[in-house]
Amino acid sequence: MTQRWRWVGDRALLRTFAEVDVIDANRAALACRGEVVALALPDVEDVVPGARSVLIVMRPGAEPSGDVLEILDADARDTRSGRAGRDHQIPVRYGGDDGPDLADVARLSKLSPAQVVAAHQAAEYVVGFIGFAPGFPYLLGLDPSIATPRLETPRVRVPPGSVGIGGGYAGIYPAATPGGWRLIGRTDVALFDPLRDPPALLSPGDRVRFVAR
Amino acid sequence: MTMRVVSPGAFTTIQDLGRPGWASSGVPPSGAMDQPALRAANLLVGNAESTAALEITLNGPLIEFVDAAAVAVVGALFEVELDGEPVFMNETLPVQAGSVLRIGKARAGCRAYLAVRGGIDVPAVLGSRSTYAPGGIGGPRGRALQTHDFLRAGPAASHLAMRRIKPIVGSNPTEAVRAVPGPQENAFTARALEKFWATEFRVSPRSDRAGMRLECEPLAHAGSADLDPEGVVTGAVQVPGDGLPIVLGPDGPATGGYVKIATVITADLPVIAQARPGDTLRFVPVDVERARSAWRDRERALFESIEELE
Repeated sequence: MTQRWRWVGDRALLRTFAEVDVIDANRAALACRGEVVALALPDVEDVVPGARSVLIVMRPGAEPSGDVLEILDADARDTRSGRAGRDHQIPVRYGGDDGPDLADVARLSKLSPAQVVAAHQAAEYVVGFIGFAPGFPYLLGLDPSIATPRLETPRVRVPPGSVGIGGGYAGIYPAATPGGWRLIGRTDVALFDPLRDPPALLSPGDRVRFVAR
Repeated sequence: MTMRVVSPGAFTTIQDLGRPGWASSGVPPSGAMDQPALRAANLLVGNAESTAALEITLNGPLIEFVDAAAVAVVGALFEVELDGEPVFMNETLPVQAGSVLRIGKARAGCRAYLAVRGGIDVPAVLGSRSTYAPGGIGGPRGRALQTHDFLRAGPAASHLAMRRIKPIVGSNPTEAVRAVPGPQENAFTARALEKFWATEFRVSPRSDRAGMRLECEPLAHAGSADLDPEGVVTGAVQVPGDGLPIVLGPDGPATGGYVKIATVITADLPVIAQARPGDTLRFVPVDVERARSAWRDRERALFESIEELE
């Protein structure tokens, strides 16, 4: 059997998925992650999904188990039962002070601001993975017509709840952080609360729709 | 047992062995940068290795003990004084009620751990007391120590063994940091790879627990510096578009979209923890097998270095 994973340092294993469409690759990655998590192995510290990858982090000194390697080496996997995640509706106030970059996104996309908002709401997004900051979702499924590059100079402080576009991803800033995504709106939904289990509102594989409020 | 922070020092945080397992929620593991030093400090005061202690950076705190306690300081070489008298690091130190412990400047290395018998009792968040200051999680209200913070110790067993540890930790700036190549070594030109393993990097003052920035001539990428974001580990050496490497620390992001030229081995993460701004360091490639045996050697050394004094 071909080895489809590689070591990252001395305690992590990385499996990447080569499917052309990142949505397909992500679906395979999340299915793979689910299989490893289901083993509930005490030697596995974390199973981290990326856009098109899964990283298995083991306790220092632990040997990777044969079960895990078999899962990582599996070629095709059944991702049809992929509607396991939860559905979320995120209410957004678009434009104005809440979305200071809406006009720029419209200009770069050669659309009107109203068309940008309509395109942003029309899509059903999948939470590909969480990263950058606690609870920050990378949402797959952005309408390519409103995909826009990040700011040349990131903002020092992005207000919490800001709804943005970063390249081909849509996202939401859970807390005030520096950030380079273009901001088109803002939500009051709390995306991260460390006292909640799970602490992040959105989990990889969940589906998201934005609605105007 | 209560202690009062008279002055917090440059950057003093509460750390245990961290909260691994939450990267899927975007939460980094945090925890002590130099984990063997934290573990040793805990063992010297009869705590479980994973107990929360103070991580002290470059310039230490001044702490008044309201009640009697037992403490130990392990890690970088700091000046330590109890009620104005110099005292030893690396051994169990009984402290009387009303005493003041002063941890001064680091003379070598960057970080040390002050363990207190019973451990420092702040609420655990996501299974750990470790401070993740950028996210406001753990420690006292999610931040580093401040003047007039009161810290409490948890319960401890009545018997306390006096112990000492040979100073196995600390920085050796001439020692090369061992790293496993990749996972994206192919994203660099052959010349850049050669340079990476040959360069004396200087540690930038813009380094913190999220990442240690290295100064050098920029390393050239063969193609893009960006990749589809993926999970990252502490010790990953990512190289963004400017060609300057960053060694990710325990407060670094849970996923990252920059290519990684190498990954520091677990056994050598303490060397990264102890590097100070302005220090130089080199990397040397090792394979996974050697990395794992280096970890086993380090574990053995940690336990063999502890001596009972009575």
